[in-house]
Amino acid sequence: MSSETAISQGNIPALPNGSAAAAILSAGIGSLALALFTIVADQSATAKNLLSIYKPTGALSGVSTLAILVWFVVWAALEWRWRGRDLSLKRINIIAFTLLLLSLLATFPPLGDLL
Amino acid sequence: MEITTRSLWTLVHGMGFGALYLLACSGSIVLLSLRSTTNAHSTPGGDRVLGIYLTVMAALAWLTVLSGTYIIYPWYRAAPPTGVANLAAFPRSLLLSKPATRQWHLIGMEWKEHVAWLVPIAITMAAFIAIKYARDLKHSPALRSALYGFVGTSLFAAGVAGFFGAMLDKNAPVDGGQTIRLVQGE
Repeated sequence: MSSETAISQGNIPALPNGSAAAAILSAGIGSLALALFTIVADQSATAKNLLSIYKPTGALSGVSTLAILVWFVVWAALEWRWRGRDLSLKRINIIAFTLLLLSLLATFPPLGDLL
Repeated sequence: MEITTRSLWTLVHGMGFGALYLLACSGSIVLLSLRSTTNAHSTPGGDRVLGIYLTVMAALAWLTVLSGTYIIYPWYRAAPPTGVANLAAFPRSLLLSKPATRQWHLIGMEWKEHVAWLVPIAITMAAFIAIKYARDLKHSPALRSALYGFVGTSLFAAGVAGFFGAMLDKNAPVDGGQTIRLVQGE
């Protein structure tokens, strides 16, 4: 058990941080999935067409729906694996923030077009 | 004084859900900083406030992106029929028709429509952690760092979306539909 989660309040022990780690990392991965689908839809006419699952909104409908699906599936999988465990949250945070930063940069069109 | 249904929806989306979300961000950062005050007296009710607050923010974020993507964006990107000279009812085409406004679509709208979707992901995760770990937040700097990072990023992403939303609406407003008379003219 990590030192952070070993801390207890009164007689109630702290929860294992596995569920938090799963939520944090999956949010980073979901964000990156959004950016990657955005780039794919931007660079391929076929992908753009396939991702247009709601025609009036175009590829944005597929990009956002798929990214949300990826996020939920990854979250569920990590939650299943990590629930009840204690992990290094600092390392998870660094990875998640890196993915989030990459997503912000990759969705910015002038940078996304370079990829 | 009149307003069209499409203008009303842009108001609900931008000035309602979106602006409220941006305002709520500062409150969430204050609440989060209060959770790190380790000498504060902790009560079960006090522990739950941040989780409830972030859950309301998550609801606002989802309402903002869903109304933007599925109600307003189709009006924005509608293609004009061939031969139409007045593009006022087709904002995307109107922006792309002039060199001075092209980049508002190519950079502004292209970034806004995607970066905004990072907001509900980030804030839903933050709300989950604030609820599940309400009692532990005070003693876990790493958990608080995660919340600060994701709430801060959501503020930035929502700010980008809000800024470009306002600028796009200045250059090529989404307008049309039924007219609603708010005040009868003399």
